[in-house]
Amino acid sequence: MSEVLVVVEATAEFGVKKVTLEMLTLARELGSPSAVVLGGAGAAEALAGKLGEYGAEKIYAAEGDEIDGYLVAPKATVVADLVKRVQPAAVLLASSQEGKEIAARLAVKLDNGILTDVVGLSADGTATQVAFAGSTIVKSKVTRGLPLVTVRPNSVNPTPAAASASVEQLTVAVTDSDKLAKVVDRVAEQKGSRPELTEAGVVVSGGRGVGNADNFKLVEELADLLGGAVGASRAAVDSGFYPHQFQVGQTGKTVSPQLYVALGISGAIQHRAGMQTSKTIVAVNKDGEAPIFELADFGVVGDLFKIVPQAAEEIRKRK
Amino acid sequence: MNIVVLVKQVPDSGADRNLRTDDNTVDRGSANNVINEMDEYAIEEALKIKEAHGGEVTILTMGPDRATESIRKALSMGPDKAVHVVDDALHGSCAVATSKVLAAALGQLNADLVLCGSESTDGRVQVMPHMLAERLGIAALTGARKLTVDGATLTVERQTEEGYEVVTASTPAIVSVWDTINEPRYPSFKGIMAAKKKPVQTLSLADLGVAANEVGFDGATSAVVEHSKRPPRSGGVKVTDEGSGGTQLVEFLATEKFV
Repeated sequence: MSEVLVVVEATAEFGVKKVTLEMLTLARELGSPSAVVLGGAGAAEALAGKLGEYGAEKIYAAEGDEIDGYLVAPKATVVADLVKRVQPAAVLLASSQEGKEIAARLAVKLDNGILTDVVGLSADGTATQVAFAGSTIVKSKVTRGLPLVTVRPNSVNPTPAAASASVEQLTVAVTDSDKLAKVVDRVAEQKGSRPELTEAGVVVSGGRGVGNADNFKLVEELADLLGGAVGASRAAVDSGFYPHQFQVGQTGKTVSPQLYVALGISGAIQHRAGMQTSKTIVAVNKDGEAPIFELADFGVVGDLFKIVPQAAEEIRKRK
Repeated sequence: MNIVVLVKQVPDSGADRNLRTDDNTVDRGSANNVINEMDEYAIEEALKIKEAHGGEVTILTMGPDRATESIRKALSMGPDKAVHVVDDALHGSCAVATSKVLAAALGQLNADLVLCGSESTDGRVQVMPHMLAERLGIAALTGARKLTVDGATLTVERQTEEGYEVVTASTPAIVSVWDTINEPRYPSFKGIMAAKKKPVQTLSLADLGVAANEVGFDGATSAVVEHSKRPPRSGGVKVTDEGSGGTQLVEFLATEKFV
């Protein structure tokens, strides 16, 4: 069976990201999954257990400052060399900024088609994508080269399939032109125990109706009670209520959780673009005519400052 | 500093957008066509750099004839001139082919700095800066929320999931920007009048030395097989809070097993 390369996304804090497990699950439909770890020294060793648990038969590792100290160019060079060597059936990456960027360079290096924001992939390489703020479903195929796709988080249910993954260290042969964009500092911000926004099973978002930055504590409280991540509408971010990296919408993150809770969000198309494919949507808004209610499986019209504390209290009671 | 800003005309993201049923491309006839919103931030950043360091700002657009409207709109913000790559054979081009054409055009423009939005609101693919960087052998600094120019050294602050990174490169380079980087100016009346007289050079594929079969449907590296409208979500239950709205909400969450 041909190999399918899965380029691993992981964080130092949480280890292998869920989207990686989703990709390994998808890869098993297409061939034999091989995980590719690109990171600092020792990265693969730390992740090998989890990758094997989800079916990685092999782990390729390219590690060190040459890889980690620059923006994606060295990573793309390593993966392109690997593709030429092992001739995989497909290459899967996460539909994150970095995943898309590595894929972009691979597409040019290999003169190969590329499909991004894929939510489903069949054995013949036909990919399903969601376009235009979730309003259009597209089936597409790479017509030149191998299926090179980036997979959107929360697209498939990751299922374990134990394999004994052996680690192969790759020789890192990057060129000077791969080292043009040098990372000189990495600064951690807003670290917390909440799940990462695009991967979270539950997202609780606040909008203009939350009123001010201080009131976002209410949104955070409900998110924590539901074990979810916190998001914000563009209106809330532009008003300075919450940092930009938590923005959900057309110009922010796209999320597709099991449960999306919209608090004080009217549901402008800008916002809907980022959350419309959530499985279950719940909304609280004082305006009964707000477009968010057209999407909501359950909506409460009223004052969120009364409804949310009451809901929080009720959840505590039930715990 | 010689700055080129990539500007794409897209269907208005606030309107109903569709793919065409005949050839599966973006329907540019049904919705209003506007400048990709993210690109306005790139234009603003270019103008600020020109104001501080001198130089020239050129708009580069690939698109059909009607993209001229967006080019004039972009020029009304203040750039000096524009280059419009327009050729019937481009219709149906994939991202890989588009990058080939834009790279050829950039090759003729000798830019020190290429600026663009982080994504377009129609495709949201986010691949163009790195595709261009790969073809041109220059640095790509993507997703900038802050850009500092010091001589030939560029320093960018970019948002990551964990926080932010500081990344440096020397010119020539391509930088993509998020909407947190600045507040784009509105075109003044004077700017709108001046834009009508600014030079807009059109380039065909032949001018760029790109063969017609390398682009469009013939040169496409991927294809849409089929597309359909997602069934609209049917609205669920809507209750008005009369003192127990929060409890009702949790009851719903409990029936769905979230609590």
